[in-house]
Amino acid sequence: MTTEAAASPGLRARPTLPMGFLQPFMAMMERDFRVLKRDMVPFMVRTAMQPFLFVFVFTYVQPKIGAGAPGFQDVLVPGLIASSVIFQGIQAVAIPLVMEFSQTREIEDRVMAPLPVWGVALQKMTFAFLQSMIVVAVVFPLVYIVPVNTPKLHISILALITVIPLGAFLSAAMGLLIGTAVNPRQITLVFALIVMPLTFLGAVYYPWSQLEAIRWLQVLTLLNPLVYMSEGLRGALTPEYGHMSYWAVYGGLIFCCAACTWGGIRMFSKRVLS
Amino acid sequence: MTIPQAQRGRPGPADLPDERLTIETRRLTKLYPGGTLAVDALDLGVEKGEFFGLLGPNGAGKTTTIGMLTTRVVPTGGEMWIAGINVRAHQQDVKRIIGVVTQFNTLDRRLTAWENLYHHGRYFGLSRAEARKEATRVLELVRLEERGKSLVDALSGGMQQRLLIGRALVHRPEVLFLDEPTTGIDPQGRLALWDILLQLHAQGQTILLTTHYMEEAERLCQRVAIMDNGKILAMGSPDELKRSVGAETIITLRAEPVTPALVAALENVSGVRSVEEGPRGLQVLAGASRGLVPQVAEAALAQDVQLIDIAVSTPTLETVFMRLTGRELRE
Ligand SMILES: Nc1ncnc2c1ncn2[C@@H]1O[C@H](COP(=O)(O)OP(=O)(O)OP(=O)(O)O)[C@@H](O)[C@H]1O
Ligand SMILES: [Mg+2]
Repeated sequence: MTTEAAASPGLRARPTLPMGFLQPFMAMMERDFRVLKRDMVPFMVRTAMQPFLFVFVFTYVQPKIGAGAPGFQDVLVPGLIASSVIFQGIQAVAIPLVMEFSQTREIEDRVMAPLPVWGVALQKMTFAFLQSMIVVAVVFPLVYIVPVNTPKLHISILALITVIPLGAFLSAAMGLLIGTAVNPRQITLVFALIVMPLTFLGAVYYPWSQLEAIRWLQVLTLLNPLVYMSEGLRGALTPEYGHMSYWAVYGGLIFCCAACTWGGIRMFSKRVLS
Repeated sequence: MTIPQAQRGRPGPADLPDERLTIETRRLTKLYPGGTLAVDALDLGVEKGEFFGLLGPNGAGKTTTIGMLTTRVVPTGGEMWIAGINVRAHQQDVKRIIGVVTQFNTLDRRLTAWENLYHHGRYFGLSRAEARKEATRVLELVRLEERGKSLVDALSGGMQQRLLIGRALVHRPEVLFLDEPTTGIDPQGRLALWDILLQLHAQGQTILLTTHYMEEAERLCQRVAIMDNGKILAMGSPDELKRSVGAETIITLRAEPVTPALVAALENVSGVRSVEEGPRGLQVLAGASRGLVPQVAEAALAQDVQLIDIAVSTPTLETVFMRLTGRELRE
């Protein structure tokens, strides 16, 4: 009786799962791509500016004026890729989501599409994942080309093609979690209190193993999901600087992905349903 | 006082919907976690093609009712069906056949007017060509054909509201839910919107509208449920409801002091059916109004009270609400 009733006049009435799920899901992707295409230039600038300035000052300017540490360009390659990816999740997912929940209330319309609420959250994450992959494609060449002394990379393909997607996934999941857990009044506080410490203490500017000198910090930063991505990339690109064991890298990444996805989707459902 | 309980959706077998109804709720209840009983065992039946109104003051439970019917609010009791589909059990099937205009503007601000419609159509399973065609059709329907390329923020409030309604129509829903669609819109914009809604109704669209403007309910709705504190107080066509007041004329009289003798004197005037104290003064309910006002005024003045004001009106839904609750619809 139910499906019959659903299939009355007009257009509509496409089949149910899994096609019924895929259709609105893909339609939302289509919408997101349209918006991204429109905002491509600002998106690129936003993504590239911070890592560019960083490598420019520390690996171009400093060596030229006789300052800076040797080999820093090698340390920065994995570090800056990882931090850009994570930062992307916050900038391109969390902040818009906070707005869509409060000011624009766009979310309220999106969840009226014939898709379960968790499906809408999953779509947001999927698109964020793709954006993060684009970020890698932009930042990687940048941190390789800009330094005066070209970074010496020893690429381990297997590690690279697994750590990057995992990191992109992590950034999307963190973006969803932060975007649903935070309200607009708190957003600047969240930046100061969470985002900044995460990026500065994410084994971005030094290999995690060297933190042995400050044992408490080394242990404490294990709580930072970014550490696992930085260290994973360090293993994949510049292993001679030492990196966390792959067990820890993959374990940490997968755990953080799962936890943030679970928490993010839960928070999302809680925010849209009452 | 008799209130027509035009309860067409008489409960059938406990777990089966009444197939004549497009929207049906049975003892639908929402108790929010904070302890607010927003909707209290609501029984509602809306027929196919009907333009139905939920009229009630702020906090009556209108948005909560629509929220439950549109899967956004999880009920704490009761059942509901839309086009025979159990809403709680088949949320995705229900979403596919309803169009929802929420109380707040939820347009996609990063898209143009036309794109808002196009992408909405795509969410609901239209092919690219269909979505394009429907977007253009709806743009015309809501009289925005010239503004298709405008970004949402470049449209006036009234235009955005029309677009919002248009968007809910792209996938040709069986039922259109409108939550206070004209709140915050200028009178001219409101008229334009009413026009569109009446046109939709004429084309057979089933519509459930909430409002706290009695003029809106009177002008648009075939049947109105007056709601307060999560309960329906009266239901029927605007005319039926107004007739339930039992008077053709209402004389509102402000006098000081109001004495029992004054009330008795007014009740004795021929043609007067009853006298009640309302928020705006004494309400004299009477039959036909010819020559009544001077008589009422005379009777009042003979009681040696100070007559401050006297006004004559015919019953409105506002009167109905006031008589049911002792309050005014708009605070
Ligand atoms: N998410 C919520 N949590 C707790 N209480 C709520 C929630 N939403 C609404 N309420 C309460 O439920 C009652 C009914 O609210 P509702 O929004 O349904 O009324 P309404 O008739 O739509 O009013 P308005 O005309 O102001 O839109 C109110 O007392 C309101 O405070
Ligand atoms: Mg409301």
